[in-house]
Amino acid sequence: MSAVKNDASSSAAPIPPFDVARWRRDFPALEQRVHGHPLVYLDNAATTQKPQAVIDAVVRYYREDCSNVHRGVHQLSQRSTLAFEAARERVRAFLGAHHTEEVIFVRGATEGINLVARSFLGPRLQEGDEVLVTAMEHHANIVPWQLVCEEKGAQLAVIPMNDRGEISLDEAEALISPRTKLVAAVHVSNALGTINPVKGLVDAAHQRGIPVLLDGAQAAPHLELDVAALDCEFYVFSGHKVFGPTGIGVLYGKRELLEAMPPYQGGGDMIRSVSFEKTEFNVPPHRFEAGTPNIAGTIGLAAALDYLSGIGLGAVAAYESELLHYATEQLLGVPGVRLIGTAKEKASVASFVIEGVHAHDVGTILDQQGIAVRVGHHCAQPVMDRFGVTSTVRASVSFYNTHDEIDALIGGLEEVLEIFRP
Amino acid sequence: MTSDLRELYQEVILDHNRTPSNFRALEGAAYRAEGYNPLCGDKIQVFLQLDGDRVEEVTFQGAGCAISQASASLMTEAVLGKTVSEARLLFEQFQELVTSETQTPDTDEGLGKLNVFAGVREYPMRVKCATLAWHTLKAALKDSAEPVSTE
Repeated sequence: MSAVKNDASSSAAPIPPFDVARWRRDFPALEQRVHGHPLVYLDNAATTQKPQAVIDAVVRYYREDCSNVHRGVHQLSQRSTLAFEAARERVRAFLGAHHTEEVIFVRGATEGINLVARSFLGPRLQEGDEVLVTAMEHHANIVPWQLVCEEKGAQLAVIPMNDRGEISLDEAEALISPRTKLVAAVHVSNALGTINPVKGLVDAAHQRGIPVLLDGAQAAPHLELDVAALDCEFYVFSGHKVFGPTGIGVLYGKRELLEAMPPYQGGGDMIRSVSFEKTEFNVPPHRFEAGTPNIAGTIGLAAALDYLSGIGLGAVAAYESELLHYATEQLLGVPGVRLIGTAKEKASVASFVIEGVHAHDVGTILDQQGIAVRVGHHCAQPVMDRFGVTSTVRASVSFYNTHDEIDALIGGLEEVLEIFRP
Repeated sequence: MTSDLRELYQEVILDHNRTPSNFRALEGAAYRAEGYNPLCGDKIQVFLQLDGDRVEEVTFQGAGCAISQASASLMTEAVLGKTVSEARLLFEQFQELVTSETQTPDTDEGLGKLNVFAGVREYPMRVKCATLAWHTLKAALKDSAEPVSTE
């Protein structure tokens, strides 16, 4: 089809509707019944279900290519090494990174942050220094910094948020000082769903020459990423939240920084030569990947990213945004519901409390109707404190969720009210 | 409502959640302990006054789900007037009630009103909610020979 012809027809053609029924069929786990009801899986911020393509890729590795990487000259090892390094390139393309060696495989976003805390921040941190975080961080983007800070007599500074769960760039800038050694911010909040203005944050930090780490655990499944355009120094995400296996994640780091960083762990694959007197370390990314890696995990992750890109993150984001809007409206119609996190820019997450009913009771009653949500503090206790609650109910949508499932959630909440308000 | 849910959220439990008994701090209590469930963030404080070996007064404070609040409330009613060893025995019986594997709830005469928690055994994730107050009571009684100081 010629470009001209295409332009002429597409300008008039409506955007095809998002075919959620088609994508749902790719996820075998979604077909089951729980407590006699069709499963309504709304706990995607905790982990996502896996498409058949990912399950097949992992099975194929174990059935046909199972071998160690970077070690053998035999056929199977060649295959697994090729697949493993192809996965690294797949991740690079997904992130929009410049160089493949900027992609380090880790266990998950948490390990990625710990690696940066130990190998990057630790050596340059001094007494009185600060790490600037936001008020909506997951514990994984608080505790690793605290551990290093405690050793060095440094501390955390916190960018506050307003009652909607938004930070202001002006306040962030005001908190950046000569003591600031790193800005570590969540891209999308797991507890609130807020999409943070990360590009503005990176620019503000860079004006003072301060590096930035972004926690993309909740952003990667919902937003199109371009780390080169964001210009952040580090970016982390977890495979299992982007429809891939658990136990695999990614740390992206700018090449020149990685090259200057000492190893995180010692072992095989991260060395160039070892004697009992001295060890010479390998170059990144291998320097940071000690021991036999999660080969099946990386292959599964690559399959997940292929799958996600096949749908298109733009289409995913548009559909999820509309679904979240629908869920929000419906929730506000339930008596006693208060939304926690009402930022203008949000992804996936509807977090709420019901007056007079504890989140755990809500979770149990919903589960009896086959509806899976997360209840608790979502590993973000400072967020709970900020909003004066101990826990919330969190429904988090993915592109495979439907409007009918939101209606089922609302029906489930009506059951909660029936039990608690006779 | 499904029958399992009705079994869990019995009227007695819902009533005690709405208006718990003995829900207050006990000024100058000789025995006290704080219980915390890190999984859900539920916190509870139990206060005790003994007359010799007998529970003279027992109160609690805290926030939590209906199961944990009702359990704490009914616990204070159950142990009032009991000796320390009777209270400990009651805890053992209660634990047996909410964790036993038998499908048909075996009500225990000694447990009286506490038998309303038999439904919890169908919800393994909620057993800790039901036992938090009891663990806290046990901790408070641990040093019943040696009252905790008020700091």
